[in-house]
Order: sequence, then structure tokens, then C-alpha cells
Amino acid sequence: MSGMDLKTRLRELFVKNPETPEIVRLIKELARRLGGEVVKIMDFCGTHEWTITSYGLRSLMPENVELIAGPGCPVCVTPGHYVEGLVKLALEGVNVFTYGDAFKLPSVKGAKPRSLAEAKMLGGKVTVVYSFLDAIKEAGRRGSEEHVFFAVGFETTMPAVAEPVYNMAIPKNLTILSAHRLTPPIMRYLLENVREVRVDGIIAPGHVSAVIGYKEWEFLVRDFNIPTVVSGFEPVDVLLAILAVLKCKVEGKPSLINEYVRVVKPDGNLRAKKIINEVFKTVDSYWRGIGVVPSSGALLRERFADFDASLRYGIVERPDFSDVLPGCRCGEVTLGKVKPTSCPLFMKACTPENPYGPCMVSSEGTCRIWAENLHTILTEL
Amino acid sequence: MCLGVPAKIVRKWGEGAITYAEVDLGGVTKEVIVATDEEVGVGDYVIVHAGIVISKISEDELEETLKLYKELSLEETS
Repeated sequence: MSGMDLKTRLRELFVKNPETPEIVRLIKELARRLGGEVVKIMDFCGTHEWTITSYGLRSLMPENVELIAGPGCPVCVTPGHYVEGLVKLALEGVNVFTYGDAFKLPSVKGAKPRSLAEAKMLGGKVTVVYSFLDAIKEAGRRGSEEHVFFAVGFETTMPAVAEPVYNMAIPKNLTILSAHRLTPPIMRYLLENVREVRVDGIIAPGHVSAVIGYKEWEFLVRDFNIPTVVSGFEPVDVLLAILAVLKCKVEGKPSLINEYVRVVKPDGNLRAKKIINEVFKTVDSYWRGIGVVPSSGALLRERFADFDASLRYGIVERPDFSDVLPGCRCGEVTLGKVKPTSCPLFMKACTPENPYGPCMVSSEGTCRIWAENLHTILTEL
Repeated sequence: MCLGVPAKIVRKWGEGAITYAEVDLGGVTKEVIVATDEEVGVGDYVIVHAGIVISKISEDELEETLKLYKELSLEETS
């Protein structure tokens, strides 16, 4: 899919979705009604950014509508000292299960080996898995070994860990390092603390909302007067979300709109929410390159201490920015302060084949998404 | 990893309090945990995210999206 030029990509979109030109026309019409007012719309989710970049949606926007990528890449914000601790364990003979996305995630500044991938090359025990369920099965099969699961992700991945923990369906030789991060707190943090990033509209994450419910985003309208649209991931979904934000701006009525009706309910997934709450407690947590964000992380509750790798191996948070790599602007990219193309390392010392910073490692990272759709990006610049 | 994809349920069974399903992810089948209380059965389309079913995809999808589109466009032209 990547590497296609902008014209081919747009043609594909227009053929597949005949209503696209009409939606784009309406977007332009509403933008015109706003006069010269610039509207900056932040997409939270890496997958939304992928849709926007891959289909070249920025090229369809009127001059006064700007689309900014937001903090929706959980791997990008996972603290490097978790990797540091896990690399050490892997080299000591404890098997580390990781999602493919975090396999090459860099450790702290100057660390060698610098990732779980490098640790594996040096003989460390690392196994890439698709899901926690696969890790459970594998740990069961390799009963004589000790295993740790690197639990990265937003609210969407939390039930994957919470279901088996809650139901005690985990072998005794497997523990969990919870690096989970919560999405509403980082949006609040960004709007309250990162004043240089102006946000006039938000495309809220679709699948996170399927779990937490779209009502969780009400605070964006109530406290910040920002029109917010929960959106699906097809290009037409995203265009409709942009149209809905502009409609709110024209009418002067910020509201919360659910575009992804086919999947997202007002209160979300009640079972998942209940079990997440039973298993995890919310804590202030460090986001790589960003800082400590209040009530934004999740650790296992005390009654599940037997499953907690942070307790067993003493891997704890160190919010000292020692995982911000020299020259890397991933933290700023994540907060929408700069574009990947503003980083001097982008596509030079940092490429998808040889990623230097976290935003180039994960397929949800803005740098990686831009790098893989370079033809679209370059046409737009 | 942080990617939700539509999938079709091929098989579903329970073990203890956990419900499992085999889903078809565009030709590849995968065993996953059903982490929703919504009624989902064989043949239903669901969103699968990191090895769990987080939500059912309702059938009136197109209708709902079109409804929103109409809402957005009708008032705009009036």
C-alpha cells in the first residue's frame, strides 16, 4: 500500500467511495464560511494518521484547515527504562514476550544492547507474540522457563491482559510488566500544559472509544470548548469527522459527535471496563519524552501481585528523561509540536529499516507513517 | 499492535469464565478472547484488537454513516 503516488491513491479513494468529492466540497464550503480563520484538527490515533497520510487527505484540505498528528502511539511513549530492565532479564535467561511493535523499541540513552531485538541477536531470550493469549500458551508449553510479558498499549489492549488475570488463567511462570497508558488524561494534559499547540477540533480514537465509551470525551467540549468527533478509520469516516468539526465551528456550537456508530457506544464495552477496573489501578505515569501525566498509567492491583513483573524484578518508573535519545524529536512529534520532517534525523539517521527514535519504530508512530508514505508527503510539501 | 481490524467469527467456545473465539482476519484465522458482553456468534463481524474482541460491528453501519452524512450536508445547504 505504501509508496504509491498521491494521484493514484486519491483516484483509488474516489472510485471506491463515490461520495468523497461531495464531502470534500462541503468541507471546502464550510471552511470558506469561516473566512480566514485557521482550524487545526488533531487526530489522536496513529491509525487515523495512517489513513490521512496514506490516502493523502491533507492534499484535499482547504488552506485554512490543518490536520495535526497527536499522541496516539503507545509504543512511542513507553518508557525506555522498561526496555532497559527487560533487556537485562532477557540476557539473564528470562524469556521476554513482546508485541512486534516494541521489539526494536530503543532502551535508554547509550544502552547496549539498545533494544530487545539486539538482545536477542546476542543470545537473549525474546519472543515476539501477536497477543497475550499467545504468550500464555507459549509459557504453558515452556513450563520450565520463567517468562515476562511486556504489556504495552492504551485502553484497547488492557482487556487482553485483564481477562486472563481476573480469571486466574495464567501459568505461574509468567508475569506481566504493565506499561499501559490511558488516553483521556494525555489529551487533558496536552490541552492544559502544551499551550503552543493550538487545537480547534479533535478526531478522537475509534477503538479506544469502543472500550471506554464516547462519553469519556465529553470533557473536551465541556472544559475546553473543542468540537470532538469519534471516528472510524476509513478515509470517508475521517473526512466526515473533519466535516463535522467544521460544522461545529461554523455554527459556533462545539459538540461531541460519534461518527463510528457501527462500533462505538456511549458507555463503551461494559464488561471490559469492569474487568480493567478490577485488575488495574490508575497511577501517575511517565510518558517518554513528555513527562509525568496525572492518572495516566495502570498497574496491577495488590491482589494480583503474584503476576506483577515490576514487583518480582524491581523494574520501576524513572521519570528522568534518560530515555530521550540525543537529537530525537519524538516527544515533540507525539505532542503535535513539530512535524517529522522538522527533525534533522528523519529519513537520514532514522529510517523504517534502521529506526533511531521510538516514533520510527512503531507502525503507529507518526515518523514511521510519514516515512512509509513518503510519496504522498513529498507531493504535499 | 495498536490496530483494530474487522474480523468474522468462525467458532466460539467457553473455558471457565472466559469466552474464546476463532476469527477470520481476511484469510488468516486466529484464536482470540471475547472481551465483550454483546451477543456475538458465528458469522458475526467484530473488531479484533491485540488478540481480543472489543466490539461487535452493527449491521446498519452504512445506514448510520449515511445518516450522519445527510445531517451534515442537509443543514449546510439550507
